[in-house]
Amino acid sequence: MMLLIIFGASFLAYNLQAFSSDPLAGFGESTEINKDYLIQRTIRELQLDVPPPVRYFLWLRGVLAVFWGQFTLGQTRNHLDVIETISIAIPTTFRLVIASTILAIIVGITIGMVTAIRQYSRFDYVITFISFLLFSLPIFWVAVLLKEYMAIQFNDFLYDPNTQAPAEMGLPAMLIAGIVGGLIMAGILGGTRRKFLTVFGGVAVGIAALLWALNATHWFVNPGLGIIGVAVLAFASAAVVTQISTGLEDRKSLISAMAAAAIATAAYYPVQALMGPQSSGLTIVLVFVITMALSAVIGFLVDTYDRRIHIRTALITAFLGTLPIIFDRIMREFGGYMQSDAVNNRPIPTLGQGNDLLSEEQMGDFWVTTLDGMLHLVLPTVALTLISFAGYVRFSRGSLLEVLNMDYIRTARAKGLSERTVIVRHGMRNAMLPLTTILVNDFAGVIGGAIITESVFAWQGMGQVFNDALKNYDLNLFMGVFVLGAFLTVMANFVADLLYGVVDPRIRIRK
Amino acid sequence: MAKRKKGIAVESASGDIAQRETEGLSQGQIIRKRFVRHKAAMASVFILVFTVLFVFSASGIHLGSEEFPIQLSGWWPFWITDIDPEGAVAATCNGGVTGCPTLDLIPEFIDGTGMQIGAHPFGTDIIGTDYFALVMRGAEQSIMVMMIVGGLGVAIGTAIGAIAGFYGGIVDAVLMRLTDMFLVTPTLVIGAVIGFRFGNLGVVPLALMLGFFAWMGLARFVRTEFLTLREREFVDAARVAGASNRRIIFKHILPNAIGVIIVSGTLLMSGAILTESALSYLGFGVKAPDVSLGLLINEYKDTFSISPWMFWWPGSLIILIALCVNFIGDGLRDAFDPRQRRRITKKDRLAAKEGAKA
Repeated sequence: MMLLIIFGASFLAYNLQAFSSDPLAGFGESTEINKDYLIQRTIRELQLDVPPPVRYFLWLRGVLAVFWGQFTLGQTRNHLDVIETISIAIPTTFRLVIASTILAIIVGITIGMVTAIRQYSRFDYVITFISFLLFSLPIFWVAVLLKEYMAIQFNDFLYDPNTQAPAEMGLPAMLIAGIVGGLIMAGILGGTRRKFLTVFGGVAVGIAALLWALNATHWFVNPGLGIIGVAVLAFASAAVVTQISTGLEDRKSLISAMAAAAIATAAYYPVQALMGPQSSGLTIVLVFVITMALSAVIGFLVDTYDRRIHIRTALITAFLGTLPIIFDRIMREFGGYMQSDAVNNRPIPTLGQGNDLLSEEQMGDFWVTTLDGMLHLVLPTVALTLISFAGYVRFSRGSLLEVLNMDYIRTARAKGLSERTVIVRHGMRNAMLPLTTILVNDFAGVIGGAIITESVFAWQGMGQVFNDALKNYDLNLFMGVFVLGAFLTVMANFVADLLYGVVDPRIRIRK
Repeated sequence: MAKRKKGIAVESASGDIAQRETEGLSQGQIIRKRFVRHKAAMASVFILVFTVLFVFSASGIHLGSEEFPIQLSGWWPFWITDIDPEGAVAATCNGGVTGCPTLDLIPEFIDGTGMQIGAHPFGTDIIGTDYFALVMRGAEQSIMVMMIVGGLGVAIGTAIGAIAGFYGGIVDAVLMRLTDMFLVTPTLVIGAVIGFRFGNLGVVPLALMLGFFAWMGLARFVRTEFLTLREREFVDAARVAGASNRRIIFKHILPNAIGVIIVSGTLLMSGAILTESALSYLGFGVKAPDVSLGLLINEYKDTFSISPWMFWWPGSLIILIALCVNFIGDGLRDAFDPRQRRRITKKDRLAAKEGAKA
């Protein structure tokens, strides 16, 4: 069935593209002497003498060969293999899209659920307006603004090319950041006016003071977390994870989370030895495995009762506590990276997917290239996140609101369960069900979404391949991109169905 | 504990208030009343109507092909092909950039120059083409695309969704596989192929083709709605009374599904305006010498630091239109949702109490 859909869609697309493009149009005003010969050659190469519906089956024969070997999607007009061209482009696109998709999902769902819990509050209204605004933004427009304000002017801030002075943050900027942060936190926590003002004041002063300290120590040009930063972040995530998953009253869970945080902190110095310049992605995985395995053991040993929950809490905490260690390692390369000739004190680039001018020594250092890649990802990720985040906010808000109106939520409240349990266990879990379909489909829509982003930020991924294919009348290449996109979509629907069965036991039983 | 008690009391009170409000009103009246109460949506309706009238009257109507033009000039003196080099030179700013906007909304007592519109309120491009005319023309194109795509998408989507949902069985299976077939293709991919061919024919053929490939989501929603509605008692009642299929579809089911159709229709429209501008931005949509908002943004994105207004105006118009349509859609969804309960304000509760006493 799925194959039939792809077959139909590809037939449609093939003919649509074939009828709507004219590879010979370029020769219309050509003045070359061998014009006729060139036309003849193009016709022969592209088999233009065969009508498109028939030509489709010539193409299909190569594809169907997958069943008896010799699978081919044909050649591009430059006589490159289509499969090869695409497989070079895919990793780039995924790198571009994955970070922003994950970020948008996490931030969007969190904010959406918070707005649902605080329905009709000022926070809710503000977020609703912002998400509608983001929903209406064209991405290419956002991208230009980001390039100007987040890249060019931020680079000027970090290192002013005129005065040669490193970053110096003004007091007004610190205060504004503090006030905005305070308003957001106070809006999320809500409550009485007095609580609102206390939270607002505390957070605002905290953020301003933090920024002041970072500024005074020239942290912006020489960032890093150090063991203290890692410890603070690890224990903070331990507290947050426990509060959300089981509540702080659950002492056993709290102990296992805190132990996991302590393990992450204690691992800070030992794992530095692992993370030399010759590391690879495997090193990062190894670091995570070490801390998470140790934490799981702690979670296992804490108590025999509710063992699964302790282990889960410890694992999540260990993951969140280890992330800062990795970031700290990458950040420590920033000072040298920024001052190197290739970067010339302008760390946030507006174009491209990597800096080609890095010295050989820098190229050889895993952490420097990772940093370089991440900095190149900053703008596209922010742009894509801003655009897609709005949809998640709206959807998760609506979903949670619907669930919170259900009778079983009233029952849970009537039983006297704590508000945390009602919302997290009974509310959020059920609200997440319809989200799975959306999530999976979004991953499949990657190629469509990448076309504009890649063009704006000059990345060489699937979007670029598609653009080229269209502009060069490259039918085989076009079909390659198309089939991949269609295949991903169909697979996504399939995975969504499976996943739905996993997360929703009712469906499993019905089957 | 006290908090929870209060919650229950409020819930029952709000139920009373909600019921009293809808007493003796027809479905249409209730929906209209709910929609009017949605402030953001109402404001959006006014802004959108104003924008549409302003844009269309400013640039006039220019349709048809070169052989059969349908021309109607607007009140703005310049057209996108008119060039006014003196005007461009007359307004300079930013140290020698010509063609700066003459629009000045800051009153005299602040900056000393006074409020004025001037010859070229949005400035001109480098050879002296009036930018206001370009932006108005671009906005007009975008609005036309939005309406055509929305109309066509709703028509096809409703037809297919209704037939599939009502008849079910083999008809449903075939139509839904057809929908899936269209759906597996990313919209932008279809759009790019269409735009590549139809972009230079002007905006109407482009919009028609885009609309022809934009109905899938709506069809799915309408089908789901029809599937549930056709099992309802009133449909059985109508059938027992001898109503034909056609009559059941049009008189009994469709009016009940209109909410879903309108809401997804507005989503379709705001999506269409973004798709069109994205296509034009990539060079697959409307092509020069005609303009569209996406094309303008693409043209002036590199001179952002020198002439930012060239970039801000077309972008703001896209956002304004899309935002209004989205808010209207939100208001409609709230209005059509029967489960939707309005937030009960203090004023309502007081009024209810007064009513109870009297």
